[in-house]
Amino acid sequence: MASDAVLPAAAAPAAASNDATMSPEAMRRLQAMAVAQRRRRRLQAWLPWLVIVGMFVVWEIGVHAFNVQQFVLPAPSAIAESMVKWWVPLLDNSWQTLMTTLVGFFLAVVFGLLLGVAIGSSTLLYHGLYPLLIGFNSVPKVAVVPILVIWFGIGTVPAIITAFMISFFPIVVNVATGIATVEPELRDVLRALGARPSDIIRKVGLPRAMPYFFASLKIAITVAFVGSIIAETVAANKGIGHLMILASSRFDVPLVFAGLIVTAVMGVAMYVAAVAIENRTTGWAMRGQNDQQVTVPGV
Amino acid sequence: MERPFVEISGVAMRYGGVEGTLALQNATLSVGKGEFIAVVGPSGCGKSTLMKLVTGLWPATAGTLLVAGQEVDGPLSIAGMAFQNPTLLPWRNILDNVMLPLEVVEPHRRQLRAQRAMYEARAQDLLKLVGLGGFDKKFPHELSGGMQQRASLCRALIHEPALLMLDEPFAALDIFTREDLWAVLQGVWMARKPTVILVTHDLREAAYLADRVLVMSSRPGRIIAERVVDLPRPRTLETTYKPEFVSLVHDLREHISAARKGEEVVHGQ
Repeated sequence: MASDAVLPAAAAPAAASNDATMSPEAMRRLQAMAVAQRRRRRLQAWLPWLVIVGMFVVWEIGVHAFNVQQFVLPAPSAIAESMVKWWVPLLDNSWQTLMTTLVGFFLAVVFGLLLGVAIGSSTLLYHGLYPLLIGFNSVPKVAVVPILVIWFGIGTVPAIITAFMISFFPIVVNVATGIATVEPELRDVLRALGARPSDIIRKVGLPRAMPYFFASLKIAITVAFVGSIIAETVAANKGIGHLMILASSRFDVPLVFAGLIVTAVMGVAMYVAAVAIENRTTGWAMRGQNDQQVTVPGV
Repeated sequence: MERPFVEISGVAMRYGGVEGTLALQNATLSVGKGEFIAVVGPSGCGKSTLMKLVTGLWPATAGTLLVAGQEVDGPLSIAGMAFQNPTLLPWRNILDNVMLPLEVVEPHRRQLRAQRAMYEARAQDLLKLVGLGGFDKKFPHELSGGMQQRASLCRALIHEPALLMLDEPFAALDIFTREDLWAVLQGVWMARKPTVILVTHDLREAAYLADRVLVMSSRPGRIIAERVVDLPRPRTLETTYKPEFVSLVHDLREHISAARKGEEVVHGQ
């Protein structure tokens, strides 16, 4: 009994000193940790750029050191030169590719969302349509382009459709997964309240599917470029794929590489845009290390 | 005498067709309006099945189920439910989570937009009642398990359901948090007097909270014993150490042991 009474009294000053006055030693350590963390973050932000610049430098040096022929692998400086020289057609054609890709991609988003919701919320539709979807997805898109050309002629339409077809599938699958994996208990809570199926999809299914949806957008936008460029290389009279085919037929390899780099830049830019939208809209699904758990005594 | 609020007679439930598992057999019980009953039993005895049947989530394969004098033939919007998991929506803050039923249940659904301030005040009052005042703008992942469960309780109560169905709501919590929430739940019940059916396998929880405890046998579940708990309210943790309480829990425990062995303790012997 006596020892029981002593214990809290003895513990109290220790706890107080922990909060109010910190020993200089502890203070220094905390500050050092904060500085180290800031340095790490700065490095993390700069690292991608360092790696990219480093790659170009190694490439440039390698080409000169081993005396590689320009039509095999042009040096980055030659590619840059070609970019400056041909900037008008490059810009013109990449604009065309960007537009085709975006139109195909937005069509894929709209139809992918609709079909994903339908498949995710109905087991019947899921079982009925899924095999067909997989079938469509396994057909190589290059093989479809000639058919599209027969139907629509050479030009923008086949490229849009190819971009659409290739980016449609990941969106459908992800949205359907998000909706189909709603916790049964959560569904019961709403069903027991007399919620209509449309209520459950709107209040629970769709918001829950959003992280899956945005994850799929990142994949979809990059593969949409693949689609439109495939179509452009096969059958188009405009676009970065068309430009690259023309350049390679003239053995203008620096221009081919310039086209590749422009495509990569567009792909990365679209990816970054998708990530930015994702972070804004579904921040709740990404609980980083920066989150602080609230602790309340007694609970 | 007033008609019981919930009347279940001869209800059976079989899963998976004619050859399926018989989860519940010949369940007969009635719950008066404003009464708090607890259903206890070994795991897998069909307690949760009973919940699903009473709320109309599943149809029974035999027997009749009446709630408020009406045959149950579909989900009941007069019921509020809480489960073992808080099942809060992670993209909504606590206030919006609590107000979710109002967006679904009539007549609130129609009035919500016009009378948002009134409904928000109601939600805030509830949050205060369970000790979550000031946490309304937090997101579920920022709260501890016990706090999430409190919020889940608020969500079950916001549309002022006449029937509150609780399916092991505190089972995932540590014992101290659980005991805190017993007091919270008792407070809510005493303040609003909903009819409560609590499913649990914690006998102390059943004895602390309920007016009447029903014991179910192992599968197929039947009700094999019934004990009225006439301890004065509000009950406190002190109550749980009283001899009457201890002997009641002991008695219930014996029934459970017998149920798990598959035999009944003959009443009064």
